[in-house]
Amino acid sequence: MDRIPLEKKVLSENDRVAARLRESFREHGILCVNLISSPGSGKTSLLEQTLERFPKDARVAVLTGDIQTDNDARRLSRFGFPAKQITTGGTCHLDALRVERALADWPLENLDLLIIENVGNLVCPSSYDLGEAAKIVMLSVAEGEDKPLKYPSIFAKAELLVLNKIDLLPYVSFDTARAREYARSIHPGMEILEVSCTTGQGLDQWMHWLEKRRQATDIHG
Amino acid sequence: MHELSIASAILDAVRKEAEKRPGAHVTKVGVRIGALSGVEPEALSFGFSVLVKGTDLEPLALEIEPVPRRQRCPACDFTFEVQEYSLACPRCASGETLMAGGDELDLAYLEVED
Repeated sequence: MDRIPLEKKVLSENDRVAARLRESFREHGILCVNLISSPGSGKTSLLEQTLERFPKDARVAVLTGDIQTDNDARRLSRFGFPAKQITTGGTCHLDALRVERALADWPLENLDLLIIENVGNLVCPSSYDLGEAAKIVMLSVAEGEDKPLKYPSIFAKAELLVLNKIDLLPYVSFDTARAREYARSIHPGMEILEVSCTTGQGLDQWMHWLEKRRQATDIHG
Repeated sequence: MHELSIASAILDAVRKEAEKRPGAHVTKVGVRIGALSGVEPEALSFGFSVLVKGTDLEPLALEIEPVPRRQRCPACDFTFEVQEYSLACPRCASGETLMAGGDELDLAYLEVED
């Protein structure tokens, strides 16, 4: 009996495709972000508000993942930007191959920004690299403020925390200071934005973050 | 939650390695699964046994080595295993520590018989 050491990732095939995507985004000067949250935190609402704020000639596109339905892509396509649904049929996360297939017939040279809305789930999407430059995690104040402690992996890996639905703060027991403290205990120095997709509060800062991040991609990409 | 697809990725890797060694039979595959990987070892073992059953890879055992969650303290450059969800550095008590591991999903080794 021989024991052969392997020392590779179980998901090395996914990582290989993700590296190919990352290289392609870099070549085309595209900022790709991967938006991750629980179901119902407001990912699609944030994308609606984001697309609404872009000028009509902005070079932006969205991919949105769900287990069933193409409701999100229909919600997002009315803004006139390319929007495509990836229906996973049961899988709890997007993987790099699905993203690559979805992008196959899109001319990447026409894009500056690609936003991927992952399947609503704080666990599994954290393991799958999609070739993005940054993961963004979203949490809404209708959830528990201890989510960063319960799902540390995604909070450690995400560059930015978007705290959504802050217009509901008067009606819920969510402790914003605690949520910030928990997030930064998992990820010291983590950037945090507070937004409301209903009132528009904080969305200018969000758009500014995207623009700043995209410029950083241009310079370092 | 996606243990079956992880089991399937492990089997793909085993097949790839087995192709490099014609005539040999892979009897065991060892994996390392981190506490934060989102993969539940029992569900992974179950999914693995279901996928192996009835294939030419049978009999093939899966050995799972659980890997603990680790944090690193940049202040005193100390890496420690997280006990009871406490992230503070046990050496210098700093509360600012960074994730240093625990999300592993690694293929560690194969055992083959000629």
